[in-house]
Amino acid sequence: MKRIFNNNRLFSFLIPVISVILGLLAGAIIMLITGYNPLLAYQSIIHSIFFEPYYSGETIRAMIPLVLSGLAVAFAFRTGLFNIGVEGQLLVGWFTAVAVGIGFGDLPKAVLLPLAIIAAALAGAIWGFVPGFLKARFKVHEVITTIMMNYIALHVTNYLIRTYLYTQGERTPSVPESASLSSKFLMDLTQGSRLHWGFIVALIAAVIMWFILWKTTKGYELRSVGFNPNASKYAGMNVNRNVILSMAISGAFAGVAGAMEGLGTYQYMTINSTFIGIGFDGIAVALLGLNTSIGVIFGAALFAGLKIGSISMQSIAGVPTDLVQIIIALIIFFVASSYLIRWLLVRLKKGGK
Amino acid sequence: MDIMHILEIVIPTAILTATPLIFTALGGVFSERSGVVNIGLEGLMIIGAFIAAIMTTIFEGWGLGGASPWLAILVAAIASAVFSLLHALASITFRAEQVVSGVAINFLALGLSVFLVKLMFNGKGQTPYIKHRIDKTNIPFLHDIPVIGPLFFSHVTYTSYIAIIIAFIVWYIIYKTPFGLRLRSVGEHPAAADTLGINVSRMRYIGVMLSGAFAGIGGAVYLVTISSNFSGTTISGQGYLALAAMIFGKWNPIGAMGAALFFGLAQSLSITGEQVPLLKDIPDVYLLIAPYVLTILALTGFVGRADAPKASGIPYIKGKR
Repeated sequence: MKRIFNNNRLFSFLIPVISVILGLLAGAIIMLITGYNPLLAYQSIIHSIFFEPYYSGETIRAMIPLVLSGLAVAFAFRTGLFNIGVEGQLLVGWFTAVAVGIGFGDLPKAVLLPLAIIAAALAGAIWGFVPGFLKARFKVHEVITTIMMNYIALHVTNYLIRTYLYTQGERTPSVPESASLSSKFLMDLTQGSRLHWGFIVALIAAVIMWFILWKTTKGYELRSVGFNPNASKYAGMNVNRNVILSMAISGAFAGVAGAMEGLGTYQYMTINSTFIGIGFDGIAVALLGLNTSIGVIFGAALFAGLKIGSISMQSIAGVPTDLVQIIIALIIFFVASSYLIRWLLVRLKKGGK
Repeated sequence: MDIMHILEIVIPTAILTATPLIFTALGGVFSERSGVVNIGLEGLMIIGAFIAAIMTTIFEGWGLGGASPWLAILVAAIASAVFSLLHALASITFRAEQVVSGVAINFLALGLSVFLVKLMFNGKGQTPYIKHRIDKTNIPFLHDIPVIGPLFFSHVTYTSYIAIIIAFIVWYIIYKTPFGLRLRSVGEHPAAADTLGINVSRMRYIGVMLSGAFAGIGGAVYLVTISSNFSGTTISGQGYLALAAMIFGKWNPIGAMGAALFFGLAQSLSITGEQVPLLKDIPDVYLLIAPYVLTILALTGFVGRADAPKASGIPYIKGKR
């Protein structure tokens, strides 16, 4: 029993793995109860995402914003902050990227594309800065303010689209070619999926997060504040400034996630009557990825695969796609209740001896 | 159009929109007062609305007629209370991060209810419309009172008055009964409460389950008075709005009710604004974001300081300082 607790690294790695297995098992049980064939369902998911180029392409495409929103949540987590506002930061980033793309459409691609992405990052950063500032200055819990900021983002972006960038179909016009991430090459390679160059941006972002957190003094400070704000303050760090910085950087990642949707997947932004959910999925991705860059990529791959694979699952095994939502929710429950898994593992170990 | 006429449009709509929020916000008060943060109110409302849609149709099939929606609300309350056990189990017994568990509740509720709807109705994403809803009526005698009558007692549903009365009852329970004192004590200082022989876990389970029941009623009331059928987008944000109302109301039942009514007014103005001459020129975005901006301002202390129960969000582990 002691050995398990001492070996914390292995332990924290086991928790997400076991959670995923338990989640998939629970999903299978639900399918059995409701009269579906779980084997056929899981088989159709795996077959489509690994052996059908279109679905493989779509899976990687779906991973792009999930990686970025996962990084956003993970980055804030590292400073002990819970950014539920990724959804809103993503929406303002999305809008800003599209607006810049359309507004400065005459600029050459080499200038416009980075400009649109950076503008989206800035917009997201501002949206993250507000809850960070309120936390630092007024001690307001960031969970509540970020939720409120989500709704403000939803209504404000809808209003801005309706007032300034409206075109038929409840959406903005498409961004010009010079601001687009889409690629004919990638599209042909994957038999017409919407895969775009954004996956490179997502990978770069993952490296940037790793670099900031583990290779810079500032990153050390941010993590230190996350571990113990009081000790950090005693050591002479400015806790408040780190809180604000962390939320702003987190928001920037989320803003870029929005830019990927706006410049890559869709090339425009629709008027959303409700949230798109990528920001909330980011929470699941970050948790599953243990708030590390590499873990976030794996987590995003899993959830993107489940989501895209669920389309084939519905057509082949007849299981409604919503089952995947249930599985993801259960995985979050299991990861969150890691105490339960620890307890179970210790029990198993005891029983084995 | 005179001012009276405008108010006759705006106020009844405001009360109608506020009703589900009042119920759900009261649920939030129970949970947070016991020390468990409940972001899952949205999901619990979804379960309530889903069960209400199904049960009303079933009760109608049994020939219960106009009583169907009322009975459905009760079943929805029980179902949501049971569903909230998941949140209680994760956040109290398994010491999960409560916000994460709440997020999972929201995911699960939406996935599960839409999954079941598709299962029951051959792949269709929405339930049939219920036949007997709780309709707007004029309250006998009271609606004849000049001025007040047309504003507060005409075109309203009985559920609204029940919500307001229950808000006062909840206030009484939380501030004037031994049960309420115990509930608040485990939310403020669980270790002290434990020393005095209060079962912290048990009180918190009760708090969370009450929040489930109330949020379930909130979702059910939304269904039988406003939407009449259930789909994945029926409840989109009302739970979070109720959470905001609870905070804006400073974790106090009466305050939460007041905030919910105020949010209802803002929503009602954004819906009916086009009929009102003065408001026509103001973009409705200001009214739509008003509840959220005001909640943030309330938290920063510009609109009176709001403080959460001290132990809210922290799992209680016996013997740990």
